[in-house]
Amino acid sequence: MIEFKDIGLVYPNGTEGLKNINVTINDGEFVVMVGLSGAGKSTFIRSINRLVTPTSGSLLIDDEDILSYRGSDLRKLRTKIGMIFQNYNLVKRSNVLKNVLAGRLGHTGTFRSIFNLYKKEDVGLAYESLKRVNIDEKLYNRADELSGGQQQRVSIARVLTQKPKYILADEPVASLDPPTSHQVMTYLKKINKEDNITTIVNLHFIDMAMEYADRIIGMRAGEVVFDGPVSEVSEKTFEEIYGRTIREDDLRGGANES
Amino acid sequence: MTKQSNSLSQGTTPPIFPVKTKIQVTVIFFVVIGVYLFSMFWTQQQMVGGFGNAIGNMVVVIEKFFPPNLSILPAIWDPMAQTIQMAIIATTVAAVLTVPLALLSAQNITTFKPLYYFTRTLLNILRTIPDLVLAVVFVGLFGIGLFPGIIALIIFSLGILAKLISETIEAVDMNPLEAMRASGGNILQVIFYGLVPQVLPQFTSFVLYVFEINIRASVVLGLVGAGGIGLVLDQQLGFYNYPNAMAIIVLIFVVVLVIEYISNKLREALI
Ligand SMILES: Nc1ncnc2c1ncn2[C@@H]1O[C@H](COP(=O)(O)OP(=O)(O)OP(=O)(O)O)[C@@H](O)[C@H]1O
Ligand SMILES: [Mg+2]
Repeated sequence: MIEFKDIGLVYPNGTEGLKNINVTINDGEFVVMVGLSGAGKSTFIRSINRLVTPTSGSLLIDDEDILSYRGSDLRKLRTKIGMIFQNYNLVKRSNVLKNVLAGRLGHTGTFRSIFNLYKKEDVGLAYESLKRVNIDEKLYNRADELSGGQQQRVSIARVLTQKPKYILADEPVASLDPPTSHQVMTYLKKINKEDNITTIVNLHFIDMAMEYADRIIGMRAGEVVFDGPVSEVSEKTFEEIYGRTIREDDLRGGANES
Repeated sequence: MTKQSNSLSQGTTPPIFPVKTKIQVTVIFFVVIGVYLFSMFWTQQQMVGGFGNAIGNMVVVIEKFFPPNLSILPAIWDPMAQTIQMAIIATTVAAVLTVPLALLSAQNITTFKPLYYFTRTLLNILRTIPDLVLAVVFVGLFGIGLFPGIIALIIFSLGILAKLISETIEAVDMNPLEAMRASGGNILQVIFYGLVPQVLPQFTSFVLYVFEINIRASVVLGLVGAGGIGLVLDQQLGFYNYPNAMAIIVLIFVVVLVIEYISNKLREALI
């Protein structure tokens, strides 16, 4: 369970990233965060694994306040939170298997990982994860030889290998075409259901949010302006979140093609 | 702001470079030309008889160098090997020591500013000392031989390598490093998994490049007493034994060419 309690975050330059956030995310939920660019979606998501640190309030994950974590506490917290990025964030020169094994870093001793002495189970797990996203035949390809969609699947496999309790995805489909976007979202949703991994995804696209989310949280200017199950959401809700009418480019489209 | 848009709307095209830059560049250009002309004039005056006489003198001396006495080749092979060993040892040690120094002087890895500035400054100071000066100092400290030469070369190559490699590190794609940090990796794991694969080819290439420089530098260092072929060359020149000296020069020339060729081929294969 993730509990934001009166969370505020002011960046060193004075920008208010988050204002008075009170949100509770239950285990197994698939939450989609929506909001205009600069609304604070990334700041929200990155607070959970402490890539940024809120400056006020308390943030409980599994009933422990994580804001005081440093050093090994912090690394232990991060091992149970997987993260997926817009730009896949793979090591382009390394092969797919090595990239996926990087998901085990937090569970592996420094010496073992530096000398590539991975346990057999870990390599097995990496391979299984690649199979789950159907990219196991690219095992020994260099990451930069893959297409964007394939790279994002590798990064999902990396997160699976981490065996996380939570998955954070910051605009995972923003660099992909519509069919590939749906494919990636489908994998995320499937993993959420099969492994009961709580998943929080930032999305720009309204139609995708509606299609995949159990619950939608809308942000504007650092504040949560909507929070509710997808059944309560209509076009009007989005217009309220965005503070303007809905446009063509708020939609990804292509839902039938995949 | 408003002024600028006014002048644009009046139809005058703005200069590509700001006027201030233009003036600065022009002034610098003329100062440099002035320095050239002055130093040409000055060197002429200092040389007895000017350039003409110097060239005549050169021909006389060069004639004495021929033919090179190639029969001494077996005897000078040992000091030549010493010179190469000196370069190999110095390059290897420098390559190892460079790793922490380059990491500490890369702004994206060493986010603790004081430490970053400290190593940066240290390396900058190191680089200002010419290799010959280093050699002279260490020969003074440890006496004539290979050891002072090796120490001088290590410090000399550290300065270059750490600078080149820290700049490579700063240009690296930070995204995978963030991903590894986010998955709970510690700093060493992040460096080995995210950074090393990205800089390894450049690193190897730079080490080979510095090795080439070191081969040549170690010959020169020999001249001031730091052992190897340079020392023998210095002795032969001291005895006015020009044919022997010429044989040594020919050997050095061939060895440097061969090593540069090999190293170039290796580097091409890497990048
Ligand atoms: N490192 C930072 N330093 C200062 N201000 C920042 C920093 N990161 C984000 N901000 C500011 O905080 C606010 C929220 O940014 P955030 O990245 O969370 O928005 P977002 O909703 O993810 O937007 P986008 O859809 O463009 O990714 C913005 O005004 C942004 O300029
Ligand atoms: Mg964002």
